Amino acid sequence: MTRTALLALLSHWRRRPLQLLTLVLGLALATALWSGVQAINAEARASYGRAAEAIGGGGLPSLVDRTGVVAEETYVTLRRAGWLVSPIVEGSLMTEGGRVRLLGIDPLTAPPGTAAAAVALDEPADFLMPPGVLIAAPATAQRLTGSGLPPVTPAEGLAPGLAFTDIGTAQRLLGMDGALSRLVLLPNQPLSRPDLGDVAPGLEERPPERAEDLARLTDSFHLNLTAFGLLSFAVGLFIVHGAIGLAFEQRRPVFRTLRALGVPARTLVALLSLELLILASLAALVGIALGYLIASALLPDVAATLRGLYGAAVEGTLSLRPVWWAAGIGLALAGTAVAAAGSLWKVSRLPPLAPAQPRAWARASERTLWLQSTAALALVLAAFALATLGSGLVSGFVMLGALLIAAALLLPTALWLALAALSRLGKGPLAQWFWADTRQQLPGLSLALMALLLALATNIGVGTMVSSFRLTFTGWLDQRLASELYVTADDQAQVREMLAFLEPRTDAILPIWNVEADVLGAPAEIFSVADHPTYRENWPLLSALSDAWDRVATGEAAMINEQLARREGLVPGDPIPLPGWEATVAGVYSDYGNPLAQVLVSPDRLTAEFPQVERLNYGLRVAPDDAPALADALVDDFGLDPGNLIDQSSLKAFSLQVFERTFAVTGALNVMTLAVAGFAILTSLLTLATMRLPQLAPVWALGLTRRGLARLELLRALLLATLTMVLAVPVGLVLAWVLLAVINVEAFGWRLPMHLFPAQWAVLGALALVAAAAASLWPALRLARIPPSTLLRVFASER
Amino acid sequence: MSVRRRDHLGSTGGARTGGGAESARPWGGAGAARGCARAVMTMLVAITALLALGQPSIAQGLYGMAAEADGFTLPDPAYRFEFPGDHGPHPDFRIEWWYVTANLEAPDGTPYGIQWTLFRTALAPEETDDWESPQIWFGHAGLTTPESHFVAERFARGGIGQAGVTAQPFDAWIDEWAMRGPTISDVTLTAQGEDFAYELFLDTDKPFVPQGDQGYSVKSEAGQASHYYSQPFYEVTGTLTLPSGEIPVTGNAWLDREWSSQPLTETQTGWDWFSLTFDTGEKLMGYRLRDEAAPLYAVSTWIAQDGTPTPYPPGAFSADPLTETQVAGREVPTRWQVTLPDRGVDVTVEAINPQSWMDTAFPYWEGPVTVTGSHEGIGYLEMTGYD
Repeated sequence: MTRTALLALLSHWRRRPLQLLTLVLGLALATALWSGVQAINAEARASYGRAAEAIGGGGLPSLVDRTGVVAEETYVTLRRAGWLVSPIVEGSLMTEGGRVRLLGIDPLTAPPGTAAAAVALDEPADFLMPPGVLIAAPATAQRLTGSGLPPVTPAEGLAPGLAFTDIGTAQRLLGMDGALSRLVLLPNQPLSRPDLGDVAPGLEERPPERAEDLARLTDSFHLNLTAFGLLSFAVGLFIVHGAIGLAFEQRRPVFRTLRALGVPARTLVALLSLELLILASLAALVGIALGYLIASALLPDVAATLRGLYGAAVEGTLSLRPVWWAAGIGLALAGTAVAAAGSLWKVSRLPPLAPAQPRAWARASERTLWLQSTAALALVLAAFALATLGSGLVSGFVMLGALLIAAALLLPTALWLALAALSRLGKGPLAQWFWADTRQQLPGLSLALMALLLALATNIGVGTMVSSFRLTFTGWLDQRLASELYVTADDQAQVREMLAFLEPRTDAILPIWNVEADVLGAPAEIFSVADHPTYRENWPLLSALSDAWDRVATGEAAMINEQLARREGLVPGDPIPLPGWEATVAGVYSDYGNPLAQVLVSPDRLTAEFPQVERLNYGLRVAPDDAPALADALVDDFGLDPGNLIDQSSLKAFSLQVFERTFAVTGALNVMTLAVAGFAILTSLLTLATMRLPQLAPVWALGLTRRGLARLELLRALLLATLTMVLAVPVGLVLAWVLLAVINVEAFGWRLPMHLFPAQWAVLGALALVAAAAASLWPALRLARIPPSTLLRVFASER
Repeated sequence: MSVRRRDHLGSTGGARTGGGAESARPWGGAGAARGCARAVMTMLVAITALLALGQPSIAQGLYGMAAEADGFTLPDPAYRFEFPGDHGPHPDFRIEWWYVTANLEAPDGTPYGIQWTLFRTALAPEETDDWESPQIWFGHAGLTTPESHFVAERFARGGIGQAGVTAQPFDAWIDEWAMRGPTISDVTLTAQGEDFAYELFLDTDKPFVPQGDQGYSVKSEAGQASHYYSQPFYEVTGTLTLPSGEIPVTGNAWLDREWSSQPLTETQTGWDWFSLTFDTGEKLMGYRLRDEAAPLYAVSTWIAQDGTPTPYPPGAFSADPLTETQVAGREVPTRWQVTLPDRGVDVTVEAINPQSWMDTAFPYWEGPVTVTGSHEGIGYLEMTGYD
């Protein structure tokens, strides 16, 4: 009996394979976007973990020198005093296959569990003695080709973008003879050892560089992706809800018959749940496969973004992780349950002898609209409360979610009012019927239209943010990159020669020296800034004391970036403790794209506090037309390595490239969200098509052709899409504002001015119309070709 | 895997490092271990020439490497020691060690033992003064009480000053561990781990004792050999630091110096080494090499009170296990019957703490013993190759 009932229920899908496809595809799409995003996040996080682990016993503190360089003798002194430390030499290695981070380790003293050390000691003689060996993950190893490089040993499980070698080899390759970057402090120190200050006064302990540090930096980025994934999933659920609703409505006769034959309501619900479980599992598997494809396609861009923005190395290939596919299946099942709950509830309440014919969807009652509007207003209030009371990235996103849901809930009411106003324009009976019929369809279409609203608003919001960012960013780059050429010398000897060479050929030579240091308990960069009009005229200051540059030039004051100012609540005039002295904040400047705090001080002050700072980088001012000639002269006449010279335009191009990549993913997800919304409209229209026959048949009987009816259907879809688009604009702008003024500040530490881009909206509006037209074209065509007998049957007594 | 081939050199008396293969403790434990264990082992195999049967390819590779990387000086039967120069390192030999064991006693009579070892191994027969140095050093420290056994171990690169030895004034060090003094006959010996430390003052006016044939110590019938001398007459005072506090101690220490370039034969699986000090002031050094393919190879040296050595050919000295103890998951003999009929020696040698397991990168057993029977006394026992 149960089996027969199940077969009877399932037969529905055999007769309507398209509906089955809609359901499975909708759920699969939703799952795919979500699990794709999760896959990318999981892969990136795993990479961070590997990276931190690889960089010398993940989670171990380091001893560093303020100058950035630890003398080799200091290492030996510490070891001989009983401090168990292991030396690290790190630097960037330019190879023919691109830049690779080089990590020199001493495998004999490396921290427990250092994977590279184990590989190194497989062939100790090769690793320890010249020419040495480079050990890298297979993908990275492929890039390590080129003359002058030691042989490469690929090894699994190492962090990407990283090459390990012996400390001596690293010193040789990086030109760091006798110098170490830092010392890893090993666990399990011996019973007694002298104070650090007595043995190595220049050194200080820096807390471990953990996977969490990188994860924290990139958290906002991943949260953005996750929010997008969730949004896509929510939009996808609209499709599922529509498809399930349709299938249930159409099977009302079956339900009635089964109930009449004695199948208990409880069994019926159980059978339907089982059916959904099977379908949802199937869809989830398809979705996860799709998600894998999406993630594989997007990961290279994401990896490039993360590298560009945060210097986080993420392997460009994806591995299957149980975490995300299990989560994907779970989410798909939960989503189906949510989408089907209403329908199942209705079935359980279905009287055995309920009318077999599906009713057209009930006229939207004023009560429903009122309830929705009230809920929406409550959500808006909650969002405002969050905006004023809450803080942090999560509350920003919650606020965003509340606003979006509120907008979606308000949509039916807004459309209702708009249609009511428009209906006054129509005079003839056909026009009156059209407006009335459109209004009557609203409840059935409102879910799909909500999906469209969300997709459009997100597109507008994110598009506005990205474009505002881009506008600000390019302007800022123009200000910030004022020098025509940037040069780096190999060593101090070359600096002297180079300066002598450049003196007669340039208007100004601006030293750009920097050290990494802790400022107010967090890692920061301290840069030198020359007292020169280049900076006075161009530097993008957000706020400053009146004589800011003069005060910096005396060495008494410092400029800080917006990130640092916001984090510590500093304004010009405040004191700020820097390593070695306390400075006054002279000004705050915008510093987009930099995850770190940054401080500018005069070159004299920098060299006084950090005598060993590397003085190798310089900005050169020349007449812009002369820049290419000077660049050539530096390479050809002076003999500077071309890799040590970068001109302003390449630097700008590179920065913009990083920027574009950052938002490439956003763009791709935007398009997908819109596609999902279009699909939702299609399913809703299909659902309505059959149910609306009783309303259409009389109009047809009164003389309107099927073609005419179809044209009106198409027109209606376009009209609703247009109205939705118009409503989406303000919602999108609110979204953009939240992104720019709340989320960005929380996530990155900078606030961006908002610009409006109406042309973008026009394009988007056109896209929305195309999507709506495409979605309604098929139902309209079906209507145009419907056999008259079908329409006639409406008038039969059996309904 | 079952048997490891041990010590090439190990067999001499001094090459007392046993070796197992499994443990990867210094590199971190379980997870990272497999690769590490193999890696560390490989290195140590190269060093002390312990060959793991389970890793035949590595073993062969090392032998191959050893053959190719020749250029190492071979022990020469005609060589005579020159002091103080020979107290310092011999970088042209593949392996070398400074090996100290001491039997100590607290004022309340509690017996203690300590071990302090500095090993040198060379990837090539040369030394530089930078990271390119082919010399690798490692140190083992042990402290044994009747109830507990403490172990620490250190690794270091040559060439940069983290570890090394100078002959005069004598200074042998790795990290903060040191054996240091105006001469090698008057030194301070220090080492520490996470939970123990010791600082001992060693001095003697007795001469050094050449082992084997005037310092040329043959390790097998096949002729492998090393240069080997001992200083078994140190008198010791100092302090042990245990978790329970500091303990003043006095006692005797025994230094072994040995260097070579030759591995043992592939079938030699481990060895048992005894250094015994009798109440009469006489000493006995004896060891037996276990061989899969040959009878035991057991040699010994009788050392008179004035340091005059009498070497005995294979067969004179015997050592037979009486009792085995479960130690670190394996059976290790901790009570022995030791005889040297020519000197009327027939004694029972018993571990003070049967759990004296050196859980280092390659593990072995080493600890203080008591001697009873025809002669009374104390001593040290080292056993390698028990799996």
